[in-house]
Amino acid sequence: MPSQIAATLRTKAASAVPTDKYLSWGRYPKAAHEHVYRPAWSDQVPGIMQAAPSGSLLAYGLGRSYGDSCLNADRALVDCRRLNRILGFDESAGMLRCEGGVTLTDIVDVYLPQGWFLPVTPGTQFVTVGGAIANDVHGKNHHRAGTFGAHVQQLGLQRSNDGLVFCNRERNDDMFRATIGGLGLTGLIAWADIRLRRVAGPWIDAELIPFRSLAEFIGLSRESDGRFEYTVAWLDCFAGKNLRGIFFRGNHSAETRQTSPPKRGPKLPFTLPEWMLNRYSVKAFNELYYRVHAAKHGPSRIRYDSFFYPLDSVRQWNLLYGKRGFLQYQCVIPETNVAAFEELLERIARSGMGSFLGVLKQFGSAPAAGMLSFPRPGLTLALDFAMRGERTLELMRSLDEVVQQSGGALYPAKDARMSPAMFEASFPRWRSFVPYIDPKMSSSFWRRVTEAQ
Amino acid sequence: MTSASNSPSSNSSSSPMRKIIVLGATSGIAVEVQRQLARRGYDLLLVARSPERLAALQSDLLARGAAQVLTCPADLARIEKHGSIFEFVRRSFAGYDTVLLAYGSMHNQKDSESSVEILLDELNINFVSASALLTVFAADLEERRTGCIAAITSVAGDRGRRSNYVYGSAKGALSLFLQGLRSRLHPAGVKVITIKPGPVQTAMTDHVPNASRFADPELVARDIVHALERRSPDVLYTPKIWRFIMSAVEHIPETVFKRLSF
Repeated sequence: MPSQIAATLRTKAASAVPTDKYLSWGRYPKAAHEHVYRPAWSDQVPGIMQAAPSGSLLAYGLGRSYGDSCLNADRALVDCRRLNRILGFDESAGMLRCEGGVTLTDIVDVYLPQGWFLPVTPGTQFVTVGGAIANDVHGKNHHRAGTFGAHVQQLGLQRSNDGLVFCNRERNDDMFRATIGGLGLTGLIAWADIRLRRVAGPWIDAELIPFRSLAEFIGLSRESDGRFEYTVAWLDCFAGKNLRGIFFRGNHSAETRQTSPPKRGPKLPFTLPEWMLNRYSVKAFNELYYRVHAAKHGPSRIRYDSFFYPLDSVRQWNLLYGKRGFLQYQCVIPETNVAAFEELLERIARSGMGSFLGVLKQFGSAPAAGMLSFPRPGLTLALDFAMRGERTLELMRSLDEVVQQSGGALYPAKDARMSPAMFEASFPRWRSFVPYIDPKMSSSFWRRVTEAQ
Repeated sequence: MTSASNSPSSNSSSSPMRKIIVLGATSGIAVEVQRQLARRGYDLLLVARSPERLAALQSDLLARGAAQVLTCPADLARIEKHGSIFEFVRRSFAGYDTVLLAYGSMHNQKDSESSVEILLDELNINFVSASALLTVFAADLEERRTGCIAAITSVAGDRGRRSNYVYGSAKGALSLFLQGLRSRLHPAGVKVITIKPGPVQTAMTDHVPNASRFADPELVARDIVHALERRSPDVLYTPKIWRFIMSAVEHIPETVFKRLSF
């Protein structure tokens, strides 16, 4: 069957768009695609879907998924970046209608000067609305606002067999819940209505607090979640038992002063040689990071982009990890199981393989917006690991044991290697999602974790 | 034909260039140019074939800051329709000061080698209909003794190449037409800008091998907007490196050039 798909696609491709440019953010695994469609208008999408063989397509946005959930090896992608029109804005309700390829940058650039902000934002603004919905992304305000999908009021889903399907919480509500967090498998998100939130201006009243233990972090989280809309922590994963980190918390400021739009920062021009990133250089970085931020201890007023998107200031920072790319490990562990969390950190520290950005966040208890949404009550940890072959994968498998025993879960948007069993443990009800998959859609991730070929 | 505005008729005063007609508003380069113009608060009249695509563009450009966006669905390749387009402009967008012609078509060269029909279609869209349409606007602006006409041709029009000479000859003819028009309108104070982009990553070039190495439409659009605002230069190469590439290409002797397969 794959060879038949490949043959059909090859005739259509006719040398066309080079498909090797389509990678995920972690640059691992490196998939080759048979073809990439690049529709410029939404009216071209139905034709693409109808002509495609079954199980051959996947929508692709800005490629910020870390692993293979945005890849469709040996099959085809539909690059949605040109489908990026804002279709309308109802100011009385803050309701934005836009196509799936509109980016969060677009939304912030257009609506922040008018006093509106994203209801939920992940740690980068370089994602599309379609991607934010398909991964049901979360942000620093999960304890207050839930996930991105919770603020989607309605969406238009292009399906191969039944056209453009309107879904919301009343109409086609099951398809709506399947599409939120549905990894792009239920169809192509043509447009969505998203409720923006009012803000006074582009400023965040932020506060930095150093902490030296997990108990201290949990205490800070508890104490802050009622008073602060945004909370998150950076963690030094090399510290092991002598845990340390910086707790960030903030609220939208009442300050209304506008600033000039943020400058697009420098760009990492090429992949860094792998030897430059080793336990000593990373340890030194973490030491420096901790000291600099601990010194800034206390409240300050900073612009939204340096609060939400510190990494966006270096474009293509993923090239830092060298040719083989990197893996991100993001899990959630039920909060009651602090021991499991400590075991996890212990294993990471012992491996000596952790890297800069350990991110720790306490999820809230909002009900999941989608069938396959990842966030659930507990502590979530996200950590980058340079891909160094089998020993990296070995470490992750050992982390899986801890996560699975604790009753936790892994985040598909960050994953390139979890086993079908681990997926099953993370999403025990995934089989009830299957009937909503569009027969034309598939992904490398999905085939891997459900063992379909 | 529909209109929508952010703040009715308030922004269209003082500034010298505020009202732009885009012919071929749904082309890849035009879409980017219009976004940048919208951010600067221009009034826009968009002309293109598909009413649905125009409607999507209209709401997008209004959201991004355009003062006013009018749309006029029309097939620009059909010269007999040009009169009604101009009539619409006269009625609804009379104070326009700039016309940007941005439409074009690039078939696979091999098709127009074997089909006269496709060949004529290519010449008609890229040259015949374009020059007919610009003639109508030229007369109007010449009479008003103001304004600017800009048209997107191509570096492909600077020299006839084996692989792309049909498209190239149509664009080259349009470049010559603009050159003459510029001279004709000079006494009236009307500027004519010939825009010669190198290969750009748009839907028109998706089928061309190595399209991913082509220029980013956003950067090309930035050069175009800059030129529209300054009403200069007479001939814009974008990205700029193409001025040098093409001047080198033009100096290759024909005896050598005819042997090159690109």
